[in-house]
Amino acid sequence: MAVSKTVTQKKSLMHTLGKEWQRNKYLYILSIPIIVYFIMFKYVPMFGLTIAFKDYNIVKGLFASEWVGLKYFKEFFTGIYFSRTLLNTLIISAMNIVIGFPVPIIFALMLNEITNNKFKKVVQTASYLPHFISMVVICGMITDFFSTDGLISVLISKFGGENMTYIGEKDYFRAILVGTDVWQGFGWGSIIYLSALSGIDEQLYEAAAIDGAGKWKQLLHVTLPGIANTIIIMLILRLGQVLAVGYEKIILLYSPQTYEVADVISSYTYRMGILNGKYSYSAAVGLFQSVVNLLFLVTTNKISKKYTETSLF
Amino acid sequence: MVRKKTNGERIFNLFNIIIMLAVIVITLYPMYYVLVCSISDGTQLIGARGVILAPKGFDLAAYEAVFKNPNIFTGYRTTLLVVVFGTAINVFLTAIGAFVITRKNFPLAKPIALMMVFTMYFGGGMIPTYLVVNNTYHMGDSLWALMIPIAINVYNLIIMKSNFEALPASLEEAAKIDGANDIRVLFQIILPLSKAVIAVMVLYYGVAHWNSWFQAMMYIRDRAKYPLQLILREILLANSAQTMTSGGSVGDQYMIGESIKYATIMVATLPIMCLYPFIQKYFVKGVMIGAVKG
Repeated sequence: MAVSKTVTQKKSLMHTLGKEWQRNKYLYILSIPIIVYFIMFKYVPMFGLTIAFKDYNIVKGLFASEWVGLKYFKEFFTGIYFSRTLLNTLIISAMNIVIGFPVPIIFALMLNEITNNKFKKVVQTASYLPHFISMVVICGMITDFFSTDGLISVLISKFGGENMTYIGEKDYFRAILVGTDVWQGFGWGSIIYLSALSGIDEQLYEAAAIDGAGKWKQLLHVTLPGIANTIIIMLILRLGQVLAVGYEKIILLYSPQTYEVADVISSYTYRMGILNGKYSYSAAVGLFQSVVNLLFLVTTNKISKKYTETSLF
Repeated sequence: MVRKKTNGERIFNLFNIIIMLAVIVITLYPMYYVLVCSISDGTQLIGARGVILAPKGFDLAAYEAVFKNPNIFTGYRTTLLVVVFGTAINVFLTAIGAFVITRKNFPLAKPIALMMVFTMYFGGGMIPTYLVVNNTYHMGDSLWALMIPIAINVYNLIIMKSNFEALPASLEEAAKIDGANDIRVLFQIILPLSKAVIAVMVLYYGVAHWNSWFQAMMYIRDRAKYPLQLILREILLANSAQTMTSGGSVGDQYMIGESIKYATIMVATLPIMCLYPFIQKYFVKGVMIGAVKG
């Protein structure tokens, strides 16, 4: 009895599978390259993180190298680079959030007050432009402008400063890095807020005006609540990236003179791993960063869910 | 409702317009400065530092030097190859991915979507990815390494997905009743109706490939295969680092190098600058579609 029951169960399972295949066979075929891509280029590297706990041996490869436990994490946490790169990452990231996060919002609010549509379009088009220039060119321009006799160094000297190579100075590196980041991104970053602003019901403003609310009161009680959800979502996303400072730019701009203030976790990972070939050690450093990032994202998401009922997941 | 403006509002509006004009200047002037310097006469440029509004003299020698540089030429060729083939692969796979996860009654739709979204929040990171691509798949030093490992961008896929979801389901159902299979539904019904979002995808991926340099820096060792941005990096940044450490010696070599720098930036950025006014609205559209989904 029991045997024949499993046989019929098996038969009916095969039957359902066969029917399902008949129904969706092209979707299964189309899914193959997608699944293969994600496994090969996302999940195998994720599994490759195990080399952070191994002694990577180029002959034995990713999977057969010997386990060494937490050796490389200990090496990183006890070395001098841990506090230096972590501190630099946090400082640069905090500067970026404190200055870079509100600027697109303020810009969007101000642009929203411009009533001449043509002028508005021109300002928008101009402000998005830096977003499309390649990082290499941006950094080439920064190095040129902030060097002796460069555009900005000369301007600074006209206002009583010194005409010198600011980009090579420890005291100015972070300010230049963050300032140019804001310059490149504020216009593009404002799009999302402008679209949220255009979604606010006009009637709310009219009602507020009838109630005697001036521009300032309207901003506080109509506009800001209207885009609050967008702001919160963007802030969660941004905080989830706290340790993921834009390393491409740092790698292009820093020099041994400025390592002390410029070297962040990811640029250090790059230098140790790709340039010096310390694969296991740098994978451990990278894993530390990914895990902290994930924790930040989950935490900010939880906090936001609790207090504002807005969340990513 | 027309309301009289208060004095405060008038002052604010004036102030606002001034700020917006300043925004135009600070975003456009750097590029304009590079343009003006690139066509200026190198020797006259030395004396004219700071803000420049019109070219100092007129000399295209820097451009001549740039076009004579064989590296620029090979760099351009590599970049064009990667932009064309890379973008084609990107858009093709992104469309298929968005298609399969938006099919109702497809049991794998949810699991595949979950598999994609997870990679947005956690990944192997730089070093394991490098080792897998370079040592396990042996893609190092090949232009494939600049295209295949970044074939699908999940953010872009989500934009495409929300666009597919907005299409009326009745069209697909009608085609199915007429006996069309899913591949035909994708290529003959869904894609022809999604031209706008495909344009957005082509531009997003295309510009990303054009501007990309880090991928090539990790995987490409043969200088003959360097894309434009890596050549640019050598000209713009490696040189300046040298002059910086040597204390900025002002020789002839240095000055020619200076105007060549500006001309190189122009040559590498001009294609995007020329297209930019026309394609800008598609990019914005992409952000908007992405924003709806959050």
